[in-house]
Amino acid sequence: MTSSSLLNVDNLVVEYPGKGFRAAPFRVLKGVSIDVNPGQTLGLVGESGSGKTTLGRAVLGLAPVTEGRILFENRDISHASRKDRRALSRDIQVVFQDPYTSLNPAMEIGAILAEPLTVQGQSPSDAHARVKELLDQVALPSDAIHRLPREFSGGQRQRIAIARALALSPKLIVCDEPVSALDLSTQARVLDLFLQIQKDTGVAYLFISHDLDVVRHISHRVAVMYQGAIVEQGPTEQVTRDPQHPYTQRLLLASPVPDPDRQATRRQARKELLAKWAEPVGA
Amino acid sequence: MSSSMAPLTPSSASFGQSGTVVRSSPFRRLLKNPMGLIALTVLIVMVLLAVFAPLLAPFDENFANISNTLASPDSTNILGTDSAGRDVWSRLLYGAQLTLLSALLCAAVAIAIGLPSGLIAGYYGGAFDATSNWVVSILMSLPGLIVLLAIRAAFGPSVWIAMLFFGILISPGYFRLTRSAVQSVRNELYVDAARVAGLSDSAIIGRHVFSVVRAPIIIQTAAVCGIAIAVQSGLEFLGLGDPSKATWGVMLNEGFKNVYLNSQLLLWPALAIGLTIGALVLLGNAVRDALEDSDQVREVKALDDAESANTAAAMGATSGVGDLHHAAPKPRTRASKEPPQVEEGTEHHLIKVSHLGVGYPQPDGTVKRVVDDVSFHVDRGEILGIVGESGSGKSQTAFSILGLLPESARIVAGSIQFDGSYTVAPSDDLVDQRRLASLRGKRISYIPQEPMSNLDPAFTVGYQLVTPMIRVLGISKAEAKERALKLLADVGIPHPERTFAAYPHEISGGMAQRVLIAGAISCEPDLIIADEPTTALDVTVQAEVLDLLRELQSRLNIGVILVTHNFGVVADLCDRVVVMQNGRLVEEGTVREILRTPEHPYTRTLLASMLEGKEPMTMLTAQTAPASGRGDQKEGLR
Repeated sequence: MTSSSLLNVDNLVVEYPGKGFRAAPFRVLKGVSIDVNPGQTLGLVGESGSGKTTLGRAVLGLAPVTEGRILFENRDISHASRKDRRALSRDIQVVFQDPYTSLNPAMEIGAILAEPLTVQGQSPSDAHARVKELLDQVALPSDAIHRLPREFSGGQRQRIAIARALALSPKLIVCDEPVSALDLSTQARVLDLFLQIQKDTGVAYLFISHDLDVVRHISHRVAVMYQGAIVEQGPTEQVTRDPQHPYTQRLLLASPVPDPDRQATRRQARKELLAKWAEPVGA
Repeated sequence: MSSSMAPLTPSSASFGQSGTVVRSSPFRRLLKNPMGLIALTVLIVMVLLAVFAPLLAPFDENFANISNTLASPDSTNILGTDSAGRDVWSRLLYGAQLTLLSALLCAAVAIAIGLPSGLIAGYYGGAFDATSNWVVSILMSLPGLIVLLAIRAAFGPSVWIAMLFFGILISPGYFRLTRSAVQSVRNELYVDAARVAGLSDSAIIGRHVFSVVRAPIIIQTAAVCGIAIAVQSGLEFLGLGDPSKATWGVMLNEGFKNVYLNSQLLLWPALAIGLTIGALVLLGNAVRDALEDSDQVREVKALDDAESANTAAAMGATSGVGDLHHAAPKPRTRASKEPPQVEEGTEHHLIKVSHLGVGYPQPDGTVKRVVDDVSFHVDRGEILGIVGESGSGKSQTAFSILGLLPESARIVAGSIQFDGSYTVAPSDDLVDQRRLASLRGKRISYIPQEPMSNLDPAFTVGYQLVTPMIRVLGISKAEAKERALKLLADVGIPHPERTFAAYPHEISGGMAQRVLIAGAISCEPDLIIADEPTTALDVTVQAEVLDLLRELQSRLNIGVILVTHNFGVVADLCDRVVVMQNGRLVEEGTVREILRTPEHPYTRTLLASMLEGKEPMTMLTAQTAPASGRGDQKEGLR
């Protein structure tokens, strides 16, 4: 199968071994299919435990693929070897949720940012020049090179993590809840940075978040995950304005808006929705 | 001791939430610690003496002058001679060489075996881990000294062979240390990030994993060298050493044989052994102190622990209260005095905070203020939202009402009154624990942010609900259980019986938060302080928990202080709002005023950061926009 999409996940199943002797394996992803187009953002939204993080990790080669395929530029990468992964790291990168644990606390920022470059065989001086460029791109001072992660705030650390992801000018960045640990105003600035970078470099994002507002703001297309499966997928406008699946509707109404009267209306709508299908979703 | 603390002092007095972490190298801190400096000096002198032994020693280690045995110190033999007429000073120097080198060999062997195997076992786990754990268990169960005696019998008296085998015997120490350190970072996100960057396993271990074991290995090595010297000297003291080589242990043995003829012979090697082992142990301690002081992460963790302990005290409504009551040092005379009367006309407020300032005294005598001049009040049946970003002092304000500030915190200004009497009188610099102890859990309760870390994993949910009620309400266990089940049903838990019997790890985060809410209302409080009660929850669960809070609040007519950063939550629940920034209260008003017509620029910035209603794919803030797109935040950039 060939397609114009950058990343094509086809009927992906991920299972983890069950706990205990002869326990049935735990199926985290139950046949998930998504597409990410070049230079675009696919927002992946769902609650904790829905499997959205596992999907991101599978794309990155950090979760075992039981069935199905992951195609990157029409190459099957679902069982890529370590060597293939190294080559792939030029094209696929990651920004994790927790800016406090995603940076090695013992390494200086310069070393953290240079690492992906030197792995690819760049000379230290080239890497140094690129690191300066990257810091500039994420609006951090260049004296950050010789400082440690703990000297930075959460938002600044996330900028560093973004700079690391950008180091090799990838085509796709998997962003796993990149703004959910940040304060509101910091979140706004980091989202701006993501948008600016996409505009400047044409990178595509697989943007994972539990926050529909965030996903709506940054995505071209949205996929909604619930209990290991995609329940709804489509253009952002359509999914967030006129959701078809009851779970999406519920998700949309659950997020509170900053106005007491409109919020009261939404609350009422949500209660009516819940009453309409008294059975839990996905049952 | 106090001078060893000096390096920790923040370099300058910082006010509000400003101030950066000052980075000082662990080595410099080590040198500033007198204990570390002394230990290091002693060891360096020892090593220098050993290295330059051939130059410093006037005689060969085995040069015997039979005509001058057991001599007292004189100008030729500055420390005298032993029973064979050998120069004690020379033997001490050569002995240092052999003793220290063989101890190093022991540590090197132990590291060479324990470190790589620990790294591999910790990083990969699996079969290697299982097998090596077996081997390690066997090694650790062997009686060390007996094995060494057997080895002496089999291989002769060489100190090198003895130390080589002793190194093998103690390698499990390194293995376990390394393995557990590696396991704790194996799943850290930065290791994942390195995998994504394409680093090979060996590069990841070398660059990212090894750094966490480096420090403990150094500390362990100092201790191991000391133990090696002690064991080696012990063996030789027993007469199992090689008499043809000078070591401190052999000299000790020699001195012991002649203790009645020349007791000084025992003194010098004993002194050398004692000094070296002591210095090694002290150095290990000093290195540990130096490294721990720098560890910012650890400090944060400690804070979390303190917080959850606080919560336990508040939530456990009173399993904690009784303890606190005892723990509170005999209150100062001032505290036991009748509190002053509150200002007239304010008694009807459920809680009133006036010009509150909270600060942390710094070692340099200044006070770091985290809350400054904060005033607000809450009436019965009213929900007040405290909004602010992390570090704005909103949690500190909540904790001062609860009396759960850390030990070092001081109320530097203002007062807090609850239901017409002061819990912090205007002149107090501490929260009056005695007055609060009778309120906390009964009339003021607390809902924390992290539901999971605020339930004790060792006890069932039921136990944690029942115990406080028995204490506070003085009801029987059966009654309390019945009540707890009803409460669980009240907070919307579908199978109260099952949840009652469950341990915290068996329930979801949303359930845990419901349990904590049930706990908070169990003793029929007048005021609930909820610190980011829904931040850790999914939006759908958040909506349900907010519904629950609203319903309970209006039914029980409770006053609620809701600490949050989410304006949506504020809009959903609050009647009035105060906005905090950098420890100060910048704006106060009804929820409609604040959300619709914010006055203060900071409130506007916060509201502008909300994504709801924004045009997708547009810049939210002005500063990151490129020059061309600068301007109105709603201006499209595409």
